[in-house]
Amino acid sequence: MANNNKDRRDFMGMALGGFTALGGVGALYAMKCTWDVLPSVKTAGFTTLNMKDYKENELVVEKWRGKPIFVLKQSPEMVEKLKKEKPDDLKRLIKVGNGYYTVCIGLCTHLGCIPGFRPETSDFLCACHGGQYDVTAQVTKAPPPRGLDVPPFKIEGEKLVLGEEGPEYKKMLEDGITIQA
Amino acid sequence: MAHFDENVRPFSNEWLNERLAIDKLKCVLSTEYWIPKNINFLWAMGMVLAATFALLLISGIFLLMYYQPTTELAFDSVNYTIMSEVQYGWLWRHIHGVGASVVFLIIYIHMFTGIYYGSYKRGREIIWLSGMLLFVLFSAEAFSGYMLPWGQMSYWAGMVITNLFSGGSLHANALVEWIRGDYVPGQAFLSRFFMLHVLLVPLAIIGVIVLHFGALRIPHVNNQDGEIFDFDESAELYKAGKIKESKVIPFKPVFLSKDIFVIGVYFILFFYLVFYHFEFAMDPVNFDPADSLKTPTHIYPEWYFLWSYEVLRPFSTDTGLVAFGFAQVIFFLLPFLDRSPNVAPASRRGLFKYWFWALLIDMIMLTFMGKLPPEGIWSTIGFVAASIFIALWVAFPIITATEKKL
Repeated sequence: MANNNKDRRDFMGMALGGFTALGGVGALYAMKCTWDVLPSVKTAGFTTLNMKDYKENELVVEKWRGKPIFVLKQSPEMVEKLKKEKPDDLKRLIKVGNGYYTVCIGLCTHLGCIPGFRPETSDFLCACHGGQYDVTAQVTKAPPPRGLDVPPFKIEGEKLVLGEEGPEYKKMLEDGITIQA
Repeated sequence: MAHFDENVRPFSNEWLNERLAIDKLKCVLSTEYWIPKNINFLWAMGMVLAATFALLLISGIFLLMYYQPTTELAFDSVNYTIMSEVQYGWLWRHIHGVGASVVFLIIYIHMFTGIYYGSYKRGREIIWLSGMLLFVLFSAEAFSGYMLPWGQMSYWAGMVITNLFSGGSLHANALVEWIRGDYVPGQAFLSRFFMLHVLLVPLAIIGVIVLHFGALRIPHVNNQDGEIFDFDESAELYKAGKIKESKVIPFKPVFLSKDIFVIGVYFILFFYLVFYHFEFAMDPVNFDPADSLKTPTHIYPEWYFLWSYEVLRPFSTDTGLVAFGFAQVIFFLLPFLDRSPNVAPASRRGLFKYWFWALLIDMIMLTFMGKLPPEGIWSTIGFVAASIFIALWVAFPIITATEKKL
C-alpha cells in the first residue's frame, strides 16, 4: 500500500514537473518575443536617398533606423587615386549613375561613437579611442576591428533605398567588404 | 491549534506574541543576535549601505512622481520639472544622484574590508557570493538609472554598453537589437530600462539583501583577528552578566549604538555633498539632451565603473571583451581561489599582504586611466595596469598556496 502510494505520488510529481517545464518554456518564449523589435519600428526602418543631391567631397549625415549614415560623393580624381593606390577599397564605394559614393553607418566599429570627417585629410577620426578610417571608411588605425559598416541598400535608378538588400549589397557581403549591419 | 488567552487585550504585547511571536523575532534579529566585540568601524559599512539604500529608495519614490519615461519628455521632466518646478525636487534628485555615486564608494570599502580580513573564507562563502551578486545588481541599477534623464551621456553610454553584447567578432547584432527593442536606444529601450530601474532590479536587490543578511546569521560576523570562538558559549556568559569575559555583544542595543554613530558621521558627509557638492555626481555632458547624430568627444562611465572599463579599453575588441568578462566574474571566485587556511588580517599573512595592496593600488590606477583620454603615455599606463590586474589574479592561488599556517 505504502509503495503503491509512492508510485502514485511519483507519477503526480513527474506529471506536474513536466507540465511546469512546458509552461515555463512557453512563458520564456512569450517574454523573449515581448522584447523583440516592434513591427511598427521595423516598417519604419527604410530611408530613401536621392543621390543627385550630394556634392563632391562634402560629407552629409543622413539618418536611418536612428543611426547616422555618412554619405560622401567622391570626386573623379579621388576615384582615380583609389584605383591606383587602394583598388580593394574602391569596392567599398557604391556606384549610382556615374558617381561613386561612400555610404556607411557613421558608428565606430569599436564601441559605437560617431567618427568625425576631416576634409583637409579626407579621412575619419574617432576621437573617443583614436580610431581612423580612410575616405572609403576603411579602417587605417586600430582599435576599430574593421571599416565602417555599409547599411543594406538597393539601387533604384538615381536613388538608394536603405534597409532593402539589393544585389550590389549582397555582393559586398559575399566579398567580405562589410558585415550584416 | 496553539494556545490563545481569551483575556488579553488586542494588540497588546501578549496578544501579538500569540499571533506573531514578536518577542522571539526580536531575540533572533536583534537582542540575541551576537556580534564579536573585536571589530572596528569598517564593520559598520553594511548598515551604512542599508541606510544609503533606504535614502535611494525614498528619494527615488519622490522622483518617480514627476519623471516621464518617454524620449520626448524625460530630459525636461528631470531638468526642468523636477529641478525647477517641483518644490524640493532638487533635494530628491541630489540625494538620489549623490547616493548612487557614494553607495559604490561604500560598497568598495565593504568589499575590500572583507578581502583584507579574510571574511570571505571558510563558512562565509555564501556571504561573499551574495554580496558580489548585490554588487552586480547595484551596477545594473546604477546603469539603468543613468539612462533615465535621457541626456547625451545616457544615450551614448546606452549605445556603447549594449554594443558590448554583440560579442566583438561574433557580430551578434540581433541580440543587441533585441536588448534595445530597436535599432538604436529609443523609446522601447527607455521604457524597459525604466521598468528595470524602478521595479525588477530593486526587487531583486531587496531579495538578495535578505539572503545576504541570512547568510550572516549562522557563520556569524568575522572579527579583526579572524579568531574562531564558540558564539553560544560566549552568549551564555553575556547573558549570565559576565559581560567582560564574554567575547560577544548583542546587536541591539549595544552594537547598534556604534553602527548608528558611524551612520551619523557618514550622513554629515553625505548631506554635505548633497547640499554643497552634488555636481561631482552630475556629469556635465548629461545636461545636453540625447542626440543620436552627435557623439560627445569623450565617452566614459561614472567613476565606479572606470576600473573595469579600463580593463576593456587598452586591448583589441575581442581580447578586451574577454578581459572585461574576466574582471566581472573573478571577484566571485575569490573564496575558491584562496588556497590558504588562514582567516587573518592581510598584515599577518605572507605575500597576501602585498597582493592586497597591489590589487587596491592597481584598481585605483585603472580608475584614473579610465577617465583620461586614451592617448600616448596614458594608454600605455592603462595597458600595463590592465595586464597587472589580470596577472595578480592569476598569481593569487599560487601566492596563497605558499602561505604558512598561522
